[in-house]
Amino acid sequence: MTSLPARTDKKLGLAIDLDICVGCHACVVSCKEWNTGGYGSALGDADPYGDTPEGAWLNRIHTFEVTPPDAPAQIVHFPKSCLHCEDAPCVTVCPTGASYKRGEDGIVLVDESMCIGCGLCAWACPYGAREMDPVAKVMKKCTLCVDRIYNDNIPEVDRVPSCVRTCPANARHFGDFADPDSAVSRMTAERGGFELMPEMATKPVNRYLPPRPKARAVQEAQPNGGAQAADGFLGWLDRALERLG
Amino acid sequence: MHPAISVIFFTVTSGAGFGLIALLGLGWPMRDGLVPAFLVALLAGGLAAAGLVSSTFHLGHPERAWRAFSQWRSSWLSREGVLAVATLLLFAAYSLTWMFAGVRLTALGYLVAALALATVLATGMIYASLKSIPQWHGVLTPLCYLAFSLASAALLAGAAGVGADLSGIGVAWIGLAGLVLAWAIKLAWWRRAGAIGFSATGSDTGTATGLGKLGRVRLLERPHTGENYLTREMVHRIGRKHAAKLRAIALVAGFAVPSVLCLIALLGAVNLAFAVAALSLAVGLFAERWLFFAEAQHSVSLYYD
Repeated sequence: MTSLPARTDKKLGLAIDLDICVGCHACVVSCKEWNTGGYGSALGDADPYGDTPEGAWLNRIHTFEVTPPDAPAQIVHFPKSCLHCEDAPCVTVCPTGASYKRGEDGIVLVDESMCIGCGLCAWACPYGAREMDPVAKVMKKCTLCVDRIYNDNIPEVDRVPSCVRTCPANARHFGDFADPDSAVSRMTAERGGFELMPEMATKPVNRYLPPRPKARAVQEAQPNGGAQAADGFLGWLDRALERLG
Repeated sequence: MHPAISVIFFTVTSGAGFGLIALLGLGWPMRDGLVPAFLVALLAGGLAAAGLVSSTFHLGHPERAWRAFSQWRSSWLSREGVLAVATLLLFAAYSLTWMFAGVRLTALGYLVAALALATVLATGMIYASLKSIPQWHGVLTPLCYLAFSLASAALLAGAAGVGADLSGIGVAWIGLAGLVLAWAIKLAWWRRAGAIGFSATGSDTGTATGLGKLGRVRLLERPHTGENYLTREMVHRIGRKHAAKLRAIALVAGFAVPSVLCLIALLGAVNLAFAVAALSLAVGLFAERWLFFAEAQHSVSLYYD
């Protein structure tokens, strides 16, 4: 059923700390590894050992450069996966009912046996969170590791999404955003966590925690910079060269 | 957006087919009799059905296409499928009574016409409902689809119909009016699309990453060195290279040539002139539809720059 639930009991999602992420891509690889053997068909690759390998990935890290108006540029590594939107446009456009959002926890999933591979959901997603599997020809997306988080057969410590469990820097956090006392809700409130493209009116569940303000070095006089005249040998040389025309 | 040939073919041919079904349902005068009625019904139904069949070629799993009739409550793609099949079934009933009983049922014809136009509207709404592609997201998109459908249909009806006159109005003038109206809407669409980019939503790399509050944001490194589904499907740029030439082809083949042929039809050789005009319009619409996809910018391109 591709109508969205009026409300969900939980809003499970990720809080991703852009201050901490070092861009190591461990979460990308562990996501691919877990999801190629877990829920649904394997995460396919086309030409995996050839000249132009490409495949379906549910989590990718982009790297951006941010230049504040009054400070040097800084690097921000930016992991991107499905945001499990409350008003998910990918779900409502699905013609077959393969895409759905769960009423109990808000996870957006694809029933691969019903997917016709039309690709319209990937067009509807503003964030590029869905990718067509080049082998299985069905749409793939982050499942929030639905086959881990409720899995009684694995140790309790592992019952979080694979990306969260793997992150060596602890930049990714999993929890219920409907509970104001959950760790992810509290860190979002404390750090001013934000949504991506709120103007698209998708109401994403996932939150991004901004880079903390950098400590800024006191501006010191630049050697031989600008209008300042140098003295000593360099000053003499400067004047001598000036005189040459 | 990646221009898929099967989808371009589908929107052009099924638009013309459903438009012609609508004009027949509204009672456009045609020669009666088993064979002439059959041929006209085959032309209209065949174009519509050929388009529908070709649209399944871009599916990953065409064998499951029947499932697409289930989600008409929320999905315009599903609505289009339901409306298309309903139109074709009722049009078959309309055509059979016309062929064998020699009667064109007025009430059934009006119902068929309404369903046919609703099908074309649903096609346009599939694109217009996508907020992630601001150039498509507007009322002009379904209007364009409807207007081109009717313009194509008027030329086809002129090619297949009887005489040069429709209750006192020259068919040539109807065809010409359809062309002028459709291209006027398309010019307005092009003007809006060229003007807005992402400004309709205010999205840029700053809002896409949420980092715009901190400063100027630019992509330093993509997540991967090669292409992926997203870059090929939605960050498609190759098709835009010849945009100006394709626009000229669309206007010459889709407007100038068929307009001149409509005027020639005033002098004689009505059916032939309209047939060539309809073909020329189809060529122009292929170029127009290619650009509709190739020039559209998806918000995911903000993450790839």
